Amino acid sequence: MTLSIQGISLFYLISAALFIFGLKGLTHPTSARHGNLYAMAAMVIAIGATLFHPAVKNYTFIVAGLLGGAVIGTIIALRIRMTAMPQLVAALHSFVGFTAVLVAIGAYLNLGSAHAPSPVLLSELFVGSIIGALTATGSAIAFSKLQAILPGRPLLLPQRHALHLILTLCMLGLGVHFIMYGHVASLLLATLIALTLGVLLILPIGGADMPVVVSLLNSYSGWAAAATGFTLGNYLLIIVGAIVGFSGGILSFIMSRSMNRSIVSIMLGGFGAGTSATETPMAAASDRGIKSAAVEDAVFLLSNANKVIIVPGYGMAVAQAQHALKELSEILGHKGVEVQFAIHPVAGRMPGHMNVLLAEADVPYEQVLEMDEINPEFARADVVLIVGANDVTNPAAKNDASSPIYGMPILEVSKAKHIFFVKRSMKPGYSGVDNLLFNNENCSLVFGDAKTICEQMAAELKLAA
Amino acid sequence: MSEPIVALYIFVLACFIGYWVIWGVTPSLHTPLIALTNAISGIVIIGAILVVGADGASQSVQIIGFVAVLLASINIFGGFMVTHRMLAMFKKKKSEPRA
Repeated sequence: MTLSIQGISLFYLISAALFIFGLKGLTHPTSARHGNLYAMAAMVIAIGATLFHPAVKNYTFIVAGLLGGAVIGTIIALRIRMTAMPQLVAALHSFVGFTAVLVAIGAYLNLGSAHAPSPVLLSELFVGSIIGALTATGSAIAFSKLQAILPGRPLLLPQRHALHLILTLCMLGLGVHFIMYGHVASLLLATLIALTLGVLLILPIGGADMPVVVSLLNSYSGWAAAATGFTLGNYLLIIVGAIVGFSGGILSFIMSRSMNRSIVSIMLGGFGAGTSATETPMAAASDRGIKSAAVEDAVFLLSNANKVIIVPGYGMAVAQAQHALKELSEILGHKGVEVQFAIHPVAGRMPGHMNVLLAEADVPYEQVLEMDEINPEFARADVVLIVGANDVTNPAAKNDASSPIYGMPILEVSKAKHIFFVKRSMKPGYSGVDNLLFNNENCSLVFGDAKTICEQMAAELKLAA
Repeated sequence: MSEPIVALYIFVLACFIGYWVIWGVTPSLHTPLIALTNAISGIVIIGAILVVGADGASQSVQIIGFVAVLLASINIFGGFMVTHRMLAMFKKKKSEPRA
């Protein structure tokens, strides 16, 4: 049985509408699960209709690929730890990129020699292939950095900007050649260069900028799908690709704005290269003025507080301290203390990462507030507990115009009465900048592993109850 | 209008939809949003199916197409499942504990 092209187009239209409804569902946690189901239904309709496309004759490889992917994908999704979500997403973006490349090359080979392809089609094939290639290897490098296969710090080649420019020009030249003459060799060579560029573009970007990189690659994967849609004249691919592309683009914009940096400067890379090892007078001063506190001191103030705000950061995820923190917040809650969690937009390694980790630990989402909502609350807080966050609390971003993070919006923790900063060592955050917060009269450092400290605090609080 | 121009119209209008829909997404759901859009971009599987299923597809195209379908399928199933897992964790206060 086959459907007519008209019939399939109608199914694609339904699918596109459902995809949009699905994404719309993510505006609120209560409607989000339905949103995901709408999107799933849209995908089923789209794939189902395509299977009945009159041009589809051989099903062996399709069914094998679908089933293989279903098994592998499901196993990965069920096993992955929430802390590893950024890596998973990066790996999956890479798959979309590779698929786009393969589809472009396959579509070209399928053209055969029957009639000469138009320059428009050839340029669409070229664009689809290179965007796919950039996404594929760029995401693979992002994955390797997030998975700590490659070091997270920026890897800087000498003269890299010139090298990138030359490679880009070569790639575009080959593209023009391909569009004019349609030689497959120039397409393949251009794709190869794009694959190389994908590697070179992401290598210089440091770990702190990963939320932006993940969002940007998310965007690329959408554009790759849209470009494939242009190649195949498939409007569903174009619509969905454009929406995904914009989604990632908007997230990148939000992320870079939250760091007060331009996307261009992030893409050029090199931030947080750790060259600030030379001691500044500021750092020397901070060495003198730092107070440390024992767990007991913190527990005493916590149990006598009316309002406590917890600021989690990536260090919490690394230490797997979210469950201990949740227990701590529950005990405080039972004592009648108002507990809230404050999330900076770039906390973690991808947008919204902290929210997922806290949700995994069963922290109700009403208790978890974004920066704009929580900042006015700090003045009313008796205790702020900072676990594994650093740069996002640094007052230097407001007060020190010479600081590399100057202008970045921060969580205004210094307005609280007491601040306890759980910290493993005196190492600065990812930006390589010392935290001026430590000089504050009301800030004390609690040294130790985030998880151990939180568990100790929870245990002591229970005893005090 | 020629077909590439129609495609361009659709593309630009879809960009506007993307813009408005995505700005509405709450920041706390940005990770599920990325996972979901990632699953959705697995829609390239349609291209892969059309390539591998075509009548005149040579053996090399079939192998290329098979890998493409496989990768996209991993993306789709992995992306949707993991989004589902994450969204199931977002709960209100004092709701029933998850089984």
